[in-house]
Amino acid sequence: MSTVTLPPITPLTKRDFQTDQEVRWCPGCGDYAILSAVQAVFPELGIARENFVVVSGIGCSSRFPYYMNTFGFHTIHGRAPAVATGIKALRPDLEVWLATGDGDALSIGGNHTIHMLRRNVGIKVLLFNNKIYGLTKGQYSPTSEFNKKTKSTPFGSVDRPFSPLSLAIGAEATFVARSVDVFQSHLKDTLKHAAAHKGSAFVEILQNCNIFNDGAWFSLTERDARSEQVVQLEHGKPLIFGKNRDKGIRMKGIEMEIVQLGSGVAESELLIHDAHHPEPAYAFQLSQMEKRPGFPTPIGVLRAWNDQPRYEDVINQQIKDVIAKRGAGNLTKLLRAGDTWEVK
Amino acid sequence: MSTLTELPRPKHKPEVIDKAVIRFAGDSGDGMQITGSQFTNTVALYGNDIATFPDYPAEIRAPAGTLPGVSGYQLHFSSSDVYTPGDAVDVLIAMNPAALKVNIADLKANGILIVNSDSFTENDLRKAQTKVNPLEDHSLDKYRLFSVELERLTRRALEHLGLDAKSVDRCKNFFALGMCYWLYNRSMDSTVRWIEEKFKSKPLLTEANKLALKAGYSYCEATEAFQISYEIPPAQLTPGLYRSLSGNQALALGFVTASQKSGLRLFQGSYPITPASDILHELSQYKDFGVMTFQAEDEIAAITSAIGAAYAGALAITTTSGPGMALKTEALGLAVAVEIPLVICNIQRGGPSTGLPTKTEQADLLQALFGRNSEAPIPVLAASTPADCFWVALEAARIALKYMVPVILLSDGYLANGAEPWQIPNVSDIPEIPVHFASDPEGFLPYKRDPQTLARPWAVPGTKGLEHRIGGLEKQDVTGNINYEPLNHENMVRIRAAKVAGIAREIPDAEPAGDPQGDLLILAWGSTQGSITAAVKTQRAKGQKIGHVHLRYLNPLPSNLGNVIKRYKKVLVPELNMGQLLWVLRAKYLVDAVGLNKIQGRPFKQAELENKIDDMIGTRS
Repeated sequence: MSTVTLPPITPLTKRDFQTDQEVRWCPGCGDYAILSAVQAVFPELGIARENFVVVSGIGCSSRFPYYMNTFGFHTIHGRAPAVATGIKALRPDLEVWLATGDGDALSIGGNHTIHMLRRNVGIKVLLFNNKIYGLTKGQYSPTSEFNKKTKSTPFGSVDRPFSPLSLAIGAEATFVARSVDVFQSHLKDTLKHAAAHKGSAFVEILQNCNIFNDGAWFSLTERDARSEQVVQLEHGKPLIFGKNRDKGIRMKGIEMEIVQLGSGVAESELLIHDAHHPEPAYAFQLSQMEKRPGFPTPIGVLRAWNDQPRYEDVINQQIKDVIAKRGAGNLTKLLRAGDTWEVK
Repeated sequence: MSTLTELPRPKHKPEVIDKAVIRFAGDSGDGMQITGSQFTNTVALYGNDIATFPDYPAEIRAPAGTLPGVSGYQLHFSSSDVYTPGDAVDVLIAMNPAALKVNIADLKANGILIVNSDSFTENDLRKAQTKVNPLEDHSLDKYRLFSVELERLTRRALEHLGLDAKSVDRCKNFFALGMCYWLYNRSMDSTVRWIEEKFKSKPLLTEANKLALKAGYSYCEATEAFQISYEIPPAQLTPGLYRSLSGNQALALGFVTASQKSGLRLFQGSYPITPASDILHELSQYKDFGVMTFQAEDEIAAITSAIGAAYAGALAITTTSGPGMALKTEALGLAVAVEIPLVICNIQRGGPSTGLPTKTEQADLLQALFGRNSEAPIPVLAASTPADCFWVALEAARIALKYMVPVILLSDGYLANGAEPWQIPNVSDIPEIPVHFASDPEGFLPYKRDPQTLARPWAVPGTKGLEHRIGGLEKQDVTGNINYEPLNHENMVRIRAAKVAGIAREIPDAEPAGDPQGDLLILAWGSTQGSITAAVKTQRAKGQKIGHVHLRYLNPLPSNLGNVIKRYKKVLVPELNMGQLLWVLRAKYLVDAVGLNKIQGRPFKQAELENKIDDMIGTRS
């Protein structure tokens, strides 16, 4: 056997994923941190650069593809999940990531988002949630809090917001996670978890719009508040939070309750996070947690269930099965199918 | 089975005639579409030329026996060329009073009228809003009326099978079909084969339907009800192998052929909508050709998924009708901006809004030409007959792939559901569709154009070294970088327009059928071809000098069209809309053309065209 000398493989670096395009987000925008995290994670995935496709809709977040040196497609408002589904169905070998926002994915594109998730198309979704419309200069979004005063709601919005995670879990998404723009290492870890997931991976990234909704997440991100207001989910670990890691979450009947550790409550009594549970009910409960007074906001992987087949695999397998059964189609036979007659 | 074919032939000799128009009409639950298509298949196999007109309500099952629930299927078959389903009918089969009431006006005087007399009860008459029983009041005296107890006779023929009453009654359409086979002296073989295939797993239903068919035939034989039967010899079609084909089937076959000839996977993104859904039904069967069909969550996802698939290297299509087309509008603009190959089929129906879902219309032409924000030119092609849909699908795919553009293909409800004989082409005679994917990173730029076609390169994801970004924002030519500069925008708008206009270089010249110059040019497009051809033939036989140009390419138009128009004294533009092509022609050629416009959800009758022609250029005997 002869030895084949392969050219040395130079590992990709963050720089390989940067483009020559001037980044045009407002100075101080949370999007920069997300871009940086994604550019740091992509080289670590062991995927050739030409196999990445970054797809987006419309909005500040949707400028994302222009700044990633991969294949990129900046589509139209709300429709990125459908465009990405077409790409992924045809080419399951491609690594398709989608950058979207709370308006793009949940308002104008809500329908496509839920159907992509229910089909479990192997697309990684980064939903930048800043609870505001930025690119159109400051109207309320489907995640803005009730009574929010914005340009389009000078007397306060009368819409009830919904939770992106609850929506995704309601659509029975197989991977649902949350991270925060400024929690760089947590964000990178979460992205890696998403990348490792087979099917649809839905990641809500809490992102600060310092122009139109500055401080929307400060209650979670300010150094003092962080440990009291955030509970970090880790599969197989108990739900513990607090500056002194002295608070835990325990199940009481079908509800969660906060307990003080040490005061007669042992760690073993706490809720052990199970991201791999096949039923979405538990993850749904987690996604609603912060709505309850006094409860922290969970971040991390709420749900990662890998037993659901991917859409692109099923749709292509069906084609292969038919070909295996019938043989590859013969065009002459097809055109002459059915009742034919000869005119002499 | 053999017993059926060995039925005694009529005792007398059938009268040889050259054509007939037959219409089956009944409740939408009576199986009229099946009955009609079976009769069609039989006469087509025999070698007659055919044209069909299925006409059914939008409601799946309107209340039984009512006027809105009437479903009809008309067939014109002949020993010579057939261009239309026929203006008036020679034979009408009416399964109930409602069907009679809706259809009787189209029956020729002295025409054959077969009615199911069992359905002329007080109750059925009331549902048809008929006070007096027409079978008894001499209102049908000018027709040859045959009152047949279809239900009672069918029940009697099937009573020994032990089948439930509902299933038995469902066979009465085949009793009627058997009668028609006797009347036109036709073999029941192909329908028997169809029954055996259709009810393969239900032997009792196979038997029941075959028996009903045979009983209808035997009834005519035994009672000599009609006293006469007819023979229509085969038509002299161009030699070759034929099959009967509907427009939607033809589109599906055309796209599979385009996929095979281009070597590209076929991807169809579609959302169910009448009358386009059959294309999805057809293509979803062809997975052995690698066809990927995606039933999307809505019309927008249908087109945007197709845009995604095209971006990834597929021959991508999306199929819809008017309301769906409206929803796809923004995505069409994206396809124009990113310059990606895509075929959008609009199977037009009556509008606006939901309109007349099952009725035909040609009123989406201006939508196809202009219905997008800003300057977004798209090539537009239209099919003119059911079988023509095959060739137009191929041509639309070829243009999309060659020029890297979305292409709109217009068909309509009449073509979609109508059928005609199709001479099956040899696969080897169909030209290959060349496709080039960019692969060389050296000098690659996403908007660097082919100097001839102005097409940009097709650089699919996964190609090393060709990583690039595209999108709906205005971009700089050549580099594809986002660019908002005023002159660049104007340049890009003009390039996109020039690219589409340039397709005219390879569009065949308009060659008028009939007289190459003369008193009248009929300029039209789409499904009106059949009735116009028939009318022009009749009028020219009377000595009128008429030319007929039927446009397949509506954008761009054939380069010589302006000159052709000048060769005639007058120009008539018949359309099933308020004058949309007329509007384009008047604007583009400053020609004082005249419209003939019908907006009734129905095709032109030949006579309507003939009358208009006479009005315009007078009769010359």
